[in-house]
Amino acid sequence: MKRLLFVSLAAATIALGVTASAQLNFPEIPYDAVDALQLTRDVYIGEAAGVAANSKGDIFVYTRLGTPVITTAGARNVSHGGSRLFQFDRTGKFVREIGQGAYGFLEAQQVRVDRQDNVWVVDQMSNQVIKFDPNGRVQMIFGRKPEAMRVPNLPLNTLADTYALVPNRPAPPAAPAGGAGPAGAPAAGAPAGRGGAPPLPGAGPPGENFNRPTDVAWDSTGNIYITDGYGNSRIAKYDPNGKWIKNWGSTGTATGQFRVVKGIVVDAANNIYVADRDNRRIQVFDTEGNFKTQFRNVGAPWAICITPPPRQFLYVSNSNPPNNLDYDGEIVKMTLDGRIVGRFGRAGKLLKEFGTVNSLDCRSENELLVGELGNWRVQRVTLKPAAGTQ
Amino acid sequence: MKRYLVGCVALAMLLMGVAGSAQNKARAENVPEIPFESVPNFFKMPPDVYFGESMGVARNSKGNIFVYHRRDDTRLFEFDPNGNFVREWLPNSYGHEFAHKVRVDREDNVWVVDEGTNMIIKMSPEGRVLMVLGRRPEAVEGAVETPQGDPPTDERYLFGRPTDVGWDPQGNIFISDGYINHRVVKFDKNGRFVRKVGSNLRGSEPYQFNTPHSLAVDAQGNVYVADRGNQRIQVFDNNLVLRAIYDNVGNPWEVCISPGPHQYLYSSNSNPDSNTPAASWDVTGEVYKMELDGRIVGKFGRAGKQLGQFQTVHGIDCRNPDELMISEISAWRVQKIILRPTNTTSSR
Repeated sequence: MKRLLFVSLAAATIALGVTASAQLNFPEIPYDAVDALQLTRDVYIGEAAGVAANSKGDIFVYTRLGTPVITTAGARNVSHGGSRLFQFDRTGKFVREIGQGAYGFLEAQQVRVDRQDNVWVVDQMSNQVIKFDPNGRVQMIFGRKPEAMRVPNLPLNTLADTYALVPNRPAPPAAPAGGAGPAGAPAAGAPAGRGGAPPLPGAGPPGENFNRPTDVAWDSTGNIYITDGYGNSRIAKYDPNGKWIKNWGSTGTATGQFRVVKGIVVDAANNIYVADRDNRRIQVFDTEGNFKTQFRNVGAPWAICITPPPRQFLYVSNSNPPNNLDYDGEIVKMTLDGRIVGRFGRAGKLLKEFGTVNSLDCRSENELLVGELGNWRVQRVTLKPAAGTQ
Repeated sequence: MKRYLVGCVALAMLLMGVAGSAQNKARAENVPEIPFESVPNFFKMPPDVYFGESMGVARNSKGNIFVYHRRDDTRLFEFDPNGNFVREWLPNSYGHEFAHKVRVDREDNVWVVDEGTNMIIKMSPEGRVLMVLGRRPEAVEGAVETPQGDPPTDERYLFGRPTDVGWDPQGNIFISDGYINHRVVKFDKNGRFVRKVGSNLRGSEPYQFNTPHSLAVDAQGNVYVADRGNQRIQVFDNNLVLRAIYDNVGNPWEVCISPGPHQYLYSSNSNPDSNTPAASWDVTGEVYKMELDGRIVGKFGRAGKQLGQFQTVHGIDCRNPDELMISEISAWRVQKIILRPTNTTSSR
């Protein structure tokens, strides 16, 4: 029965996918693409889960590379390895590795660079967000890697409900009364802690107990927003010092709810754009988590980026799923009010084609970095927009 | 109840597995023996270089030799034509987990087939990744048991422990897939799905497979599939229409087709790993040399642990039809085999 259900869901998803991609009938933006990285027999990557550039144009790639290991003999099934963080210069020449052997590098999910050129990585399996300063030293840690991995695994929950990597891990106690500052009251939907009302599915506990987090962004005052993620369906907000402020979101299809909340960016006016992948929409919030609007014209947003001010645009990837090259795969350019300017690309393995894009960098409006899971590469895409697509 | 069911399925799969890997005496009789020798001490190994289970061996046009083998990690080694170690390719690649095969295409690109990551990796002659097919399961899925239970659905772009890769003259890609799926998939040279034969279910009818374990493509684009569990080679045309079945050479673990105007098909009736049942050692382990139409030219070798004997042959390179490279699982080695021409090797 479960199997039947899963197959039906899969079929429904595919049907949806086909319909939606047919809807993405917007002007084609002419473009070219080259390999952004000078990869050789000695410098190579695996899945390019995350790519981001700093202010100097240096390229950071958080890649799934090497073999993720779970040890056998021991008091714990300890996990290590499986992902690495590389820095390249703007020409794609390898500069160095950062955080080699880091405790939290298990399954690369995303990398972002903030305004001060700090490098933030999000790891889906260690459930951690790690901030490196521009010199590559660890500055701040969010979340904790589970001490043990379950063996054998349970089936991967594709619907992102309350699935947890480590079951029965108690939620941390709620902040003491009056001790949590102005935002001490839990946001709507956040659990009240032990003895409180049962949490909504996917709402996640207060604090940093992530379940497969996906992305990180900052507002103009340095508050930190972490999307969480595949396992939970929430956004967690922290102050610039890393102290938890609030959560919002739970699993569902209503506004303010998410199904696989996959990416997040903040514009210059502090509007927050959230890639709600399996609900096939972008939701827009203010910094308190109040819903403002949504864009339902982008397919399934796997990756999102925002160009710098003054005139900002969003790029959103309607990535093909890893098991198919035959539909989707295009990237759309849109205005901040949700109007689609144009689109480019399709699923495939050649240059100028995309294999399950997981990361976009658009520090420059017409020169994007595109990180793919299905092809082990980062493409530098140069857009040659015609009049009307700018 | 569910637990009971799982137990039954596991037991059934175990039984099937045993049945699938049991080796059979080839039905072909009075096959001439081809005299041959194994070159002693061919590989010159630095002290820290050694093989594990040698799953695949292939040469490029310059004669350099690639060995894909299971050591501490799965590793891909390159040697020069004289057997001197050159270098390791892509140590700790995300695609290397449990070696199954290495092949070199007409442009000297090196392809590895990895049944641990369910991936096929194409590398340029310089060792740069050019294309990946299939996808490694994500680490966050955790440790998995094998066998996993129900076979996965028959996905166009994902594999279930794939086994081998080959190409036709146009560059179309053929992949045998494998232990969990039982099918052969054709992709165009850019990695786009074209068609497939077989499915996720094993079967013994024509067009079905029971562990398609190896494949080779001739100059006309015909595809020869080692349907190991069914003790036969199924031959398909380029559109995967069945043309012939050769079922007299035992359980084909490995097939290889030599280049040139007169192509030969080699097929290994390898002795089972761990030599179970013990009697299998006496009736298996030989390699057949055949015409493409299935006529047997001769055979050579037998099971054994000495030089010139074979321990579960898993990879054959036949770029030179009289000078083969043969890799073995159980002996942790690769042998260079010189076939001595006889009148039987030029029977056409």
